[in-house]
Amino acid sequence: MSLKKGVPTADMGRDERHYSTELAVIGSGLAGFAASVFALSRGITCAQVGNTGAVAYTTGYFDLLGYCQDQWLDDPWRGLELLRESEPHHPLSRIDRKEIRAAFDQFTVALTEMGVGYTAPADRNHFALTPAGTVKPTLSVPETMLSGIEARKVNARTLVIDILGLQGFSAKEFVANMRSSWPQLSAAKLSFPDMESGGQVFPEVMARALEVSSNRERFAERIKAVLGDAQLVGMPAIMGVHHPDRVHAELQRLVGVPLFEIPTMPPAVPGIRLREMFEQAFPAKGLTLVPQQKVKRLELEAGRVMLYLRDSFGEMVIESKTAILATGRFLSGGLKAERVGVREALMGIPVIQPGSRADWYRQDYFDPLGHPVNRSGVEVDSRFRPLGPDGEPVSDRLFAAGILLAHQDWVRQRCGAGVAIASAYKAVEAAARLLQEQ
Amino acid sequence: MERSLNPVKAGGIETFETEVLIIGGGVTGTGVMRDLALRGIHCLLIDRRDLNAGASGGNHGLLHSGGRYASSDSETAAECRQEGEILKRVAPDCIDDCGGLFVAVEGDDPGFAERFPGYCDAAGIDCESLSPAEAREREPVLSDKLFAAYSIPDATVDPFRITLENVNHAQQLTDSLFLPHTGVEGFEIEDGAITGVLCRNTKTGGMRRILARQVVNAAGAWAMDVARRAGCSDVRLLYSKGTLIISNTRVTDRVINRLRPPGDGDILVPGGTVSLLGTTSDNVDDLEDIRPTVAEVERVLVEGTAMMPCLETTRFIRAFSGVRPLLLAQNGADGRSASRGFTLFDHQDQGLENFATVTGGKLTTFRLMAEKTGDLVAGRLGNSQPCKTATEPLPSGNAVRWTEPGFAPRFWYRRNDPTDMILCECEMVPQSAVDSIIESAPGAEAEMSLQAIGVRSRVGKGSCQGAFCSIRVTSHLYDRGVYDSEQGLNSMRDFLSGRFKGVQPVLWGEQMPQIELSEALHCSLMGLDQLGGKADEPEKGGTDR
Ligand SMILES: Cc1cc2nc3c(=O)[nH]c(=O)nc-3n(C[C@H](O)[C@H](O)[C@H](O)COP(=O)(O)OP(=O)(O)OC[C@H]3O[C@@H](n4cnc5c(N)ncnc54)[C@H](O)[C@@H]3O)c2cc1C
Ligand SMILES: Cc1cc2nc3c(=O)[nH]c(=O)nc-3n(C[C@H](O)[C@H](O)[C@H](O)COP(=O)(O)OP(=O)(O)OC[C@H]3O[C@@H](n4cnc5c(N)ncnc54)[C@H](O)[C@@H]3O)c2cc1C
Repeated sequence: MSLKKGVPTADMGRDERHYSTELAVIGSGLAGFAASVFALSRGITCAQVGNTGAVAYTTGYFDLLGYCQDQWLDDPWRGLELLRESEPHHPLSRIDRKEIRAAFDQFTVALTEMGVGYTAPADRNHFALTPAGTVKPTLSVPETMLSGIEARKVNARTLVIDILGLQGFSAKEFVANMRSSWPQLSAAKLSFPDMESGGQVFPEVMARALEVSSNRERFAERIKAVLGDAQLVGMPAIMGVHHPDRVHAELQRLVGVPLFEIPTMPPAVPGIRLREMFEQAFPAKGLTLVPQQKVKRLELEAGRVMLYLRDSFGEMVIESKTAILATGRFLSGGLKAERVGVREALMGIPVIQPGSRADWYRQDYFDPLGHPVNRSGVEVDSRFRPLGPDGEPVSDRLFAAGILLAHQDWVRQRCGAGVAIASAYKAVEAAARLLQEQ
Repeated sequence: MERSLNPVKAGGIETFETEVLIIGGGVTGTGVMRDLALRGIHCLLIDRRDLNAGASGGNHGLLHSGGRYASSDSETAAECRQEGEILKRVAPDCIDDCGGLFVAVEGDDPGFAERFPGYCDAAGIDCESLSPAEAREREPVLSDKLFAAYSIPDATVDPFRITLENVNHAQQLTDSLFLPHTGVEGFEIEDGAITGVLCRNTKTGGMRRILARQVVNAAGAWAMDVARRAGCSDVRLLYSKGTLIISNTRVTDRVINRLRPPGDGDILVPGGTVSLLGTTSDNVDDLEDIRPTVAEVERVLVEGTAMMPCLETTRFIRAFSGVRPLLLAQNGADGRSASRGFTLFDHQDQGLENFATVTGGKLTTFRLMAEKTGDLVAGRLGNSQPCKTATEPLPSGNAVRWTEPGFAPRFWYRRNDPTDMILCECEMVPQSAVDSIIESAPGAEAEMSLQAIGVRSRVGKGSCQGAFCSIRVTSHLYDRGVYDSEQGLNSMRDFLSGRFKGVQPVLWGEQMPQIELSEALHCSLMGLDQLGGKADEPEKGGTDR
């Protein structure tokens, strides 16, 4: 069996394509992409399968840990200690702090190199801006969003603009809710060049338009017309899909004051940036990316894992020495909820879960404790291998990462990217060790 | 006519004056309001929450042919039949005359099935016998275990629409007024008459005093509580909680009833583009915190599936519960055998001459309840105008049409204005609908809450249950200047908490990805779970350093 990177072996006959690789990553959310980044940097050959749409949901912020033991965390590293005391089974409690930091470092550096600048993880959380005019504790943010976070700290005189026809983003809303902690805020509405009809406009379309210099110039003129004495300008995240840092720098130069982005509701540009960047950069690095398909079936054989899928060209088989399951939760299809219980969708791996459906949710939607079903998921051992019904790893070569893992509530704890990136790091490390041993 | 629409403010109390104060903004209270307005009388309608906050917003929407009661209560059955016929004539815009079937499946009592036409006949209800094959031809999703079927003239009524239309018409006729979030707390009584009604503005906490010549208590299940506050002990109610579930598509064209004595999960009612399966019936002691449970949902599903196996895999998007006020029968018994009829109390024997209570009954019979009440109250006022609601058509108001499923998309396509953006994609509710509601729907006010807009439209009623549209509508309202503080986010949070009550018991299958995305949007993106107890810089409450 040949082991060439991403090259289908010709002898497999008719429509079926066959790939061989060292690591198969199942899932194209943040965990899947992080796993591939870590694997590539270790020189492991890699194939990644899964709908890349999942990564486009994110705000762009990479949370490590924002909420623990009834407190909002300024210092997430100290927060990890609290977490270890109160939730020893939490995935982040099972990973050394140094490794978590290394994972964030390596991931954000890789993204910045690939063209989407991210701040390096620091000792403290940022209190990042939301479109509602609230703030959220997060560790790493896109470079295009940083100056707004800083401006709020010093109450800089700032103008926030929204755009005619853009739904779910109101500068007035942002200002009304932010005013008590940031009094020197004001709001204005602009129309986007060539989208002045008043009909609906979409962030992604505007972002692509701003990659063209003539549009940037026209848009900058409109900003300047309402600028007044503002020292900074905030706007919805629309500064380019590709090379946002360049678009950001250019717009700033044209307007003459620092600019920053505020996330919008999905489908939002910060996530689309990551998706398109990965889709371009990974194949160039020799990774086999199957961006639209799901693995239909997974078989564990002696010494290998077989993944079966199909796309519009027909059947596809990926034969791999190791695999990482990073299929997410209900939204991404990694978990399925039936009337009688939650199951893991691909292989039926046991799912840690509440006793019955009546116990899945608390009565209050916004209960700060979160909902028990959110902590359901797959149990892993210290090498991040999912456990079977007997409590033993399902296989030596199968690992799991991301929010599929049990014992965490990423939404309430503000730890989505943290769980994804750190567990991917550990899973890749374990896979690498196995590959080395053989 | 003496009245003041604008409250007089003195000593921190707002005072309102009217001829008739009506307590309870359900279908009964609004029906009384319109009935009296048609006689030229000015009314003030109040509700401690909003229109349709009680059973009128939590029912099946079945315009009973009477078939359901034919076997047990022939009088109620006949009353339903007559009222159904009247409403079909005067309020056709609020009614879908879809027809209904009664079906028996394997395991049901064949004797009951055979006697059914006789029961209908006694109540004057048309009843046509169908072969199982004919029934399944009309409704292909019916079980192949069917052995008997009858067709009866059931219909459905949009309870939200009819309530809003009642108020809208009364406003037009006599400038009558509806005040939301105004709850009765006590009565001032002098010489056998109520001279003032003390209310709490439940939104601001302030007091309101209402001066009226006549007071009508139409507080549904709460009528006993309200009557007691006026010192009347004659209203004795039994509370029967019922839970229903809503599918995301219309499962059948017609109403499907189980051909057996009334029981759990025995009816599926279409409601425009969706269907409602119900209902349970459990006596409860307490009216607060009524919410559907997983166990109740399982009960109606298991029973409903016997009639329509497809329900096993149908996508349900929401459950809700209402409380039926049942007038306590002499010998106690359970919720289903207590009377479904209504009673009008004139409270004369309780020593009050200007107070009346009307409760019990059904959505189907609200007009008749209002007529009897109107006759009493108008008579007491010396007004001799006859009741007109049996003949006078219910007009359609512009700002009150948005509760009808499917109306918004039709309107939007017809209007064909791309700048009128869709705020709620599931139900295609455009910006202009929200604008017209905040400008002129009954009970419209400054800083209108998302919940209040939800009561007056389909916003948040589709398969996403408000996940996206709550954010879009809120932004729109901030943009329009309706909100200028954290109130907008608080209102969004309250709206979503309210929706969740109904969403929670039907969370499985395709609704799980939906709720997971909602939580991510509302907490991770918007931070609504941290309002009040704010996440912020350390000096405002982070960890210790
Ligand atoms: C609205 C929203 C806002 C968010 N905001 C933030 C934020 O501010 N900060 C933050 O840190 N995180 C945020 N997140 C979370 C973050 O984007 C990630 O979802 C999370 O970090 C975990 O990712 P994951 O890779 O484990 O799972 P997912 O992102 O769910 O990805 C799972 C992947 O598995 C794939 N898959 C499933 N089944 C199969 C199969 N059989 N075969 C192949 N592939 C399969 C799916 O297609 C998908 O690509 C947000 C998420 C949402 C939805
Ligand atoms: C589950 C269920 C299914 C049903 N299905 C059907 C059906 O299919 N067909 C049918 O014909 N009938 C049906 N019914 C019956 C029907 O819904 C009710 O009979 C009808 O809605 C009662 O209306 P109402 O106005 O009298 O009471 P409600 O609608 O309950 O109104 C009472 C109002 O009074 C207000 N209130 C309470 N206390 C105070 C106070 N102190 N001050 C001010 N306001 C106050 C409440 O907020 C409430 O809005 C059903 C009932 C239930 C529970």
